[in-house]
Amino acid sequence: MASYQDYLLHLADNALILGQRNAEWCGHGPVLEEDLALANNSLDLIGQARLLYQHVATVRKDGKSSEDLLAYFRDVPEFKNYTLLELPHSTAILPTSRGDRDYAVTVARNFLYSALMVQVWGALTASTDAQLAAIASKSLKEAQYHLRHAHDWVLRLGDGTDESRRRMQAAMDYLMPFTQEFWTPSAMESAAVKIGAGVDVTAFKTEWEAIVADTLQAATLRCPPAKGFVTTGKHGVHSEHLGFVLAEMQSLARAHPEAVW
Amino acid sequence: MQTPAPSTGTAATSGLPDGPLAQSRQSQAHHAVWELLESVTDPEIPVVNLREMGILRAVRAGPGGLEVVITPTYSGCPAMGQMEDDIAAALAAAGVAARVITQLAPSWSTDWMTAEGRDKLRAYGIAPPVRGACAASDNAKGIVFAARKGLGQADTVACPQCESDNTTEISHFGSTACKALYRCLSCMEPFDYFKPF
Repeated sequence: MASYQDYLLHLADNALILGQRNAEWCGHGPVLEEDLALANNSLDLIGQARLLYQHVATVRKDGKSSEDLLAYFRDVPEFKNYTLLELPHSTAILPTSRGDRDYAVTVARNFLYSALMVQVWGALTASTDAQLAAIASKSLKEAQYHLRHAHDWVLRLGDGTDESRRRMQAAMDYLMPFTQEFWTPSAMESAAVKIGAGVDVTAFKTEWEAIVADTLQAATLRCPPAKGFVTTGKHGVHSEHLGFVLAEMQSLARAHPEAVW
Repeated sequence: MQTPAPSTGTAATSGLPDGPLAQSRQSQAHHAVWELLESVTDPEIPVVNLREMGILRAVRAGPGGLEVVITPTYSGCPAMGQMEDDIAAALAAAGVAARVITQLAPSWSTDWMTAEGRDKLRAYGIAPPVRGACAASDNAKGIVFAARKGLGQADTVACPQCESDNTTEISHFGSTACKALYRCLSCMEPFDYFKPF
């Protein structure tokens, strides 16, 4: 049965999985400044996830939940992140996270996600859950920087060389259908909205589409349709890619439970 | 968001956050703790202490004894754990029993930095944050509006070396989450800019 805790986990998993994906660029960034930018972006996202997992552990009051347990000892069907956020940094379907990475995909995903989250966090600052409101007020400021960063790169790559433009367009074409999942209803979101702690994400659709359309136009890109198969990551039914992400992210904690340094 | 009035004075007598502090100043014991914690600096920027950074929010009497309240900067700032440890160590070394409490709301803002803290940053070679530049971040619509107009407008930042305004942003993200990388076009020196947050 879906509960408010599932909604908090949904927010946390989104941040953690995208943070883990963006951290794959650490030491491999296209230029030094972008290596730093993505590492900082990941720190913010993983920091947001930590605060949310800590909050869930506190709410549960079962004495055994902890941020580490929630991050490292749940399996694929228990993760509630958008499928968009677990995809490799590539337009090609790759069997693992180790394939060639395309920075255009990274930029496109961060843009599509942060354009949503500046609105979600903004609205959640008025949540009836005071702790979630506090987390939202911090995360909002971070999401603003992430949006600005991704927005600038969509413009730079889209209105850049023939090759950068082709790849930026391909990235948007590939990722746009995955954004349909933002607007699909779920029991956990309904549960959170009902008690005033969560927000109805569909309220942000018009603004989100306007930001995306304006940015793509400014970047001389075509705005691809969001149509086709609707993914179901937030319901726990994921793509084949999340398993590889978790295998890499969780292996150390599972090999050495409760290890500290 | 509540922001304390800008500080112009010196240690422990001004520049302290509002609210609980008004009461805490009345207490000699609390005052002594503030004095003690003057020596606890930011692990990443050792020239400024936690009060000057606006991270140290309150010293107060809690249900279980004395409490020292701090507010984290960025969600993922790796220095936060170190700051908690440093405060605890400073308290323990002085034989003061107090708990360190991390409080998220109201969320930390660079507008809470004291004037002396800003001067110290500048002297250290880090341009302090432009005041009030983060004001729009309280409002999602404001961000959306800014996004449509083009979010790429970087702040005008004076070079901490030669004070020239003729500077350019190299990267939004610098050596730590809280800083951006700039270059001065007058003296050609690169420098860190503490971003408004």
